[in-house]
Amino acid sequence: MSERTQTETPLAGTDRPLEMGGREFTSRLILGTGKYRDNETMMAALRASGTEMVTVAVRRVDLDRSSDEAILNHLDPDEFFLLANTAGCYTADEAIRYARLARAAGFNEWIKLEVIGDEATLLPDVQATLEAAKVLCDEGFKVMAYTNDDLISALRLEDAGCVSVMPLASPIGSGLGLINPFYIREIKSRLSVPVIVDAGVGTASDACLTMEQGVDGLLMNTAVAVADDPIAMADAMRLATRAGRLAWLAGRMPRREVAVPSSPTTGMLD
Amino acid sequence: MSSKTDPSARTMTLVVNGDERELPQGLTVAGLLEALELVPGTVVVERNREIVPREAHAEVTLAEGDQLELVHFVGGG
Repeated sequence: MSERTQTETPLAGTDRPLEMGGREFTSRLILGTGKYRDNETMMAALRASGTEMVTVAVRRVDLDRSSDEAILNHLDPDEFFLLANTAGCYTADEAIRYARLARAAGFNEWIKLEVIGDEATLLPDVQATLEAAKVLCDEGFKVMAYTNDDLISALRLEDAGCVSVMPLASPIGSGLGLINPFYIREIKSRLSVPVIVDAGVGTASDACLTMEQGVDGLLMNTAVAVADDPIAMADAMRLATRAGRLAWLAGRMPRREVAVPSSPTTGMLD
Repeated sequence: MSSKTDPSARTMTLVVNGDERELPQGLTVAGLLEALELVPGTVVVERNREIVPREAHAEVTLAEGDQLELVHFVGGG
């Protein structure tokens, strides 16, 4: 897999690295580390995706040792930049608490901030997210904020000092793909910080279509982790993210509702 | 754990990750992690809602009724 990754870099140099929070990332794909059937599959998938940044969650240590949950027994923080999340938090205070615990682990001051507002849809509580973002940015965190596909919320999160704003494509774990490309484009066109679309991508075409809107990157977990073959899907997502990015940089042709021939209309035989 | 504890020593009750545990009095945070056989470098400790920085683990002595949360990174999206 790694050999293939190295040799297959079409149009290398066409794209610039993703600059975010004072760091540069060559890959525009961020992967989650949840829901994999085993750690070996997860590691192979992360490597196949070409990702440089992976999300992790903060949870109680299982003192009964009934499971081997400690992800750092498998994941080398020198190989992947760790982005801790506040997943599962429903209030600003709770998210702030989790973020502080994550930073105390000693790896970095980055946090994927998410404050959930509703159990059924897992849609974000934007007001609480903004409240937590303000506190965490003041405390020196580099906040990547998960939010709705709503321009005003995105602008407020940028104003609060987030290093990235991460609107959803569709609800977490839904695999419904990009529901509102117009809103995502609107957010991208108005923000200065990187816009990473987080949640909802189901398959490679979703990833490609989302990147074709001009956003700076993608964050996904379930689509790769629960695929029948997570390693192949990770490779597909790597290609799709890059394909969508290159297509956007290349600039698509205008849409026309009439056919226009590609071959000369002159020089035809009598 | 009881095998490591001097039976004559007095114990205290701590609430660790939501469960009460009897542990020797005078235990430090570092001592607690050792007693629970945890690798110190991977666990973050919160005592009564305040994070105990790793460099202070050996100095902070725990007291009766302390609420401790021991957390680490797990897989997540």
